Amino acid sequence: MFAHLAEKLQKTLRYLRGKGKLSEKDVDLAMREIRLALLEADVNFKVVKDFVAAVRERAVGKEVLHSLTPGQQVVKIVHQELTALMGREQSRLLASTAPPAAVMLVGLQGSGKTTTAVKLAVHLQRGGRRALLAAADIYRPGAIRQLEVLSESVKMPFYSGANARPVEICRQALKLASREGYDYVILDTAGRLHLDEAMMDELKEIKAAVKPAEALLVVDAMTGQDAVNAAAAFHRAVGLTGVILTKLDGDTRGGAALSVRSVTGCPIKFAGVGEKVDALEPFHPERMASRILGMGDVLTLIEKAEAGMDLAKARELEQKLRKQQFTLDDFRDQLQQLRKMGPLEEIMAMLPGAAQLPRELKQLSFNESQFKRIEAIISSMTRDERRNPALINSSRRRRIASGSGTAVQDVNRLLAQFAQMQKMFKQMGSMKQFKKGKKGFPFL
Amino acid sequence: MGLFERFRIGLARSRGGFMHRLDQLFRDGEIDDAFFETLEEALITGDVGVGAALQLVEQLRREAGRLRTRRREAARELLVVKITALLENPPAETLPAAKPLVILLVGVNGSGKTTTAAKLAYRYRRDGRRVMLVAGDTFRAAAIDQLQVWADRAGVELIRQQPGSDPSAVFFDALNAARARSADVIIGDTAGRLHTKTNLMEELKKINRVIGRALPGAPHQVLLVIDATTGHNGINQASRFNEAVPITGLILTKLDGTARGGIVVGVQDILKIPVCYVGIGEKIDDLEPFDAAAFARALLGSDLEM
Repeated sequence: MFAHLAEKLQKTLRYLRGKGKLSEKDVDLAMREIRLALLEADVNFKVVKDFVAAVRERAVGKEVLHSLTPGQQVVKIVHQELTALMGREQSRLLASTAPPAAVMLVGLQGSGKTTTAVKLAVHLQRGGRRALLAAADIYRPGAIRQLEVLSESVKMPFYSGANARPVEICRQALKLASREGYDYVILDTAGRLHLDEAMMDELKEIKAAVKPAEALLVVDAMTGQDAVNAAAAFHRAVGLTGVILTKLDGDTRGGAALSVRSVTGCPIKFAGVGEKVDALEPFHPERMASRILGMGDVLTLIEKAEAGMDLAKARELEQKLRKQQFTLDDFRDQLQQLRKMGPLEEIMAMLPGAAQLPRELKQLSFNESQFKRIEAIISSMTRDERRNPALINSSRRRRIASGSGTAVQDVNRLLAQFAQMQKMFKQMGSMKQFKKGKKGFPFL
Repeated sequence: MGLFERFRIGLARSRGGFMHRLDQLFRDGEIDDAFFETLEEALITGDVGVGAALQLVEQLRREAGRLRTRRREAARELLVVKITALLENPPAETLPAAKPLVILLVGVNGSGKTTTAAKLAYRYRRDGRRVMLVAGDTFRAAAIDQLQVWADRAGVELIRQQPGSDPSAVFFDALNAARARSADVIIGDTAGRLHTKTNLMEELKKINRVIGRALPGAPHQVLLVIDATTGHNGINQASRFNEAVPITGLILTKLDGTARGGIVVGVQDILKIPVCYVGIGEKIDDLEPFDAAAFARALLGSDLEM
């Protein structure tokens, strides 16, 4: 029922793009669509008002009316303003001049503080920094244990003060971190309602006691209009230095990012993008704006591809494709490389226009277990069979199926698909425009 | 204390006093375009969803014209009735007289399933039923420990296995155990999962299938737990979860904050899934049956100065 923000804006702006000149009425129409789309994306009402006013002012100004391609110009303005609203540049975690730097995580219940604390420690460790995790949530049953288990699972140092008050726990954690030479101490505070004065006072007390380098608000990306109320209240209480947006791996349009940013003035520093402990990414305002506008998060995709792809292998593959020697072995290699880049659904979401794919199609191509099955089938073949699938008769098919825990139909389907693929490559190979030097993603 | 009073207290504590603004908006006077615009804003800032908000205000505009109503107070009553009717259609189903009655709680991460499971268990126990909780979240670290603490508070038994066990197997064993011990009500907690994760939704389907195999007809109630702060994504959550396992009702949690949880109006409008309970605090008895009229009244305000 509700179209994606990206789809909405694209639709409106495509209409503008087709125009030679913009009339006031055109601008009004586009602004109305942008307003509705942003509201549907859960950007706060007031923030939307300001945003649309800013875009409008520029859209009816000289810079558009006198340009040759007014439609394009509006796209650019919307993108620029969106990026500006989210903080223009990527913001990093502050280091303290006198380590250890305390990093305080605050937020509502269920926003993801505990998981984020561990992800942050892992992130710092990868950058060569040592972080101590401190459990200051003495209220939620199991919270301390949760942080302890997660810390152990990634071999991170963990501190909890038995039966102490949260302020005391934080103070002791800081002392310990300073004694043992940690760079950071991450304080996982209890989730609390911003209306709860006693609990908000506790945060103020902790802040006064540890003088944190960073006080980060952890916000669920699926939050609606209320994001501004909570963010403003936490900001008033502790003076936030930044924001971490969680659960951005879902299909939320993430308007809360814009709201929180504009109400606190604090940069969004990280985004949580998955259940695994390394699923924390630096927040890129520019990329997020592009993604919201449906231009796709191509930059992140390229980074992931470079991290996951083996260049030498890619060249080798290209040679094989050219000489039409693409085998099932190569097919499996490709699948494995693709999967190294992360869950398929994440990769797909970054592609331009992904928002427009029909959902059935998305589900179809996102099915990770199918990929695992294909890998299993290929791995159950002998080397000769992989090189020459023509060998595979019906008794071999039965063997492969039982070896891979699949059905003969699955094996048949894979072989048919592969045959088709080979045919496709043959055609491509015979075409001259099969460009040289291009990193090959035949399946993307 | 009734639900509406709790709303009043919670909201009055928010900046400037929410009820005061609500009263100002509806202070008697003539209705005009500005009034309808403010009303639309109130609904949107309450997370009702843009589509449903525009639709409701448009209907109200027409109806007010037809009834020649010019008074704001009367227009408010019309809208309250409208939203109440919407939320009560269809009414929450009466539960089958199954023994044991199996209730499954599902939802995205951090929505409040574990706490709600215990609150629900406490409600049934207070009614004199023999209740068992099932620790179906074997994924999140210490989720089982968390539910154990809550089960003790609720005074009910918890059926648990090792962290990392297959949740379907946990439910299969739990149902057999519950039957052997002749439990009346079984309430299952599940791991939080984003509705976009295909593999996790498949896992949920399997849990549902396995429960049905262990006890035909079960689960009798599948409740989607939604955080009141959720925006439009609540509609995606509800429809995707509903595709995986038929959702029979919603539980709206964290309604004791400043969020008004209006997204259930949008969900109800599109999917016709009734709200069954609301969570209004951190104590074991902070779960109340949903009162559509009180909810509709509380919804019609706005923190207009933000």
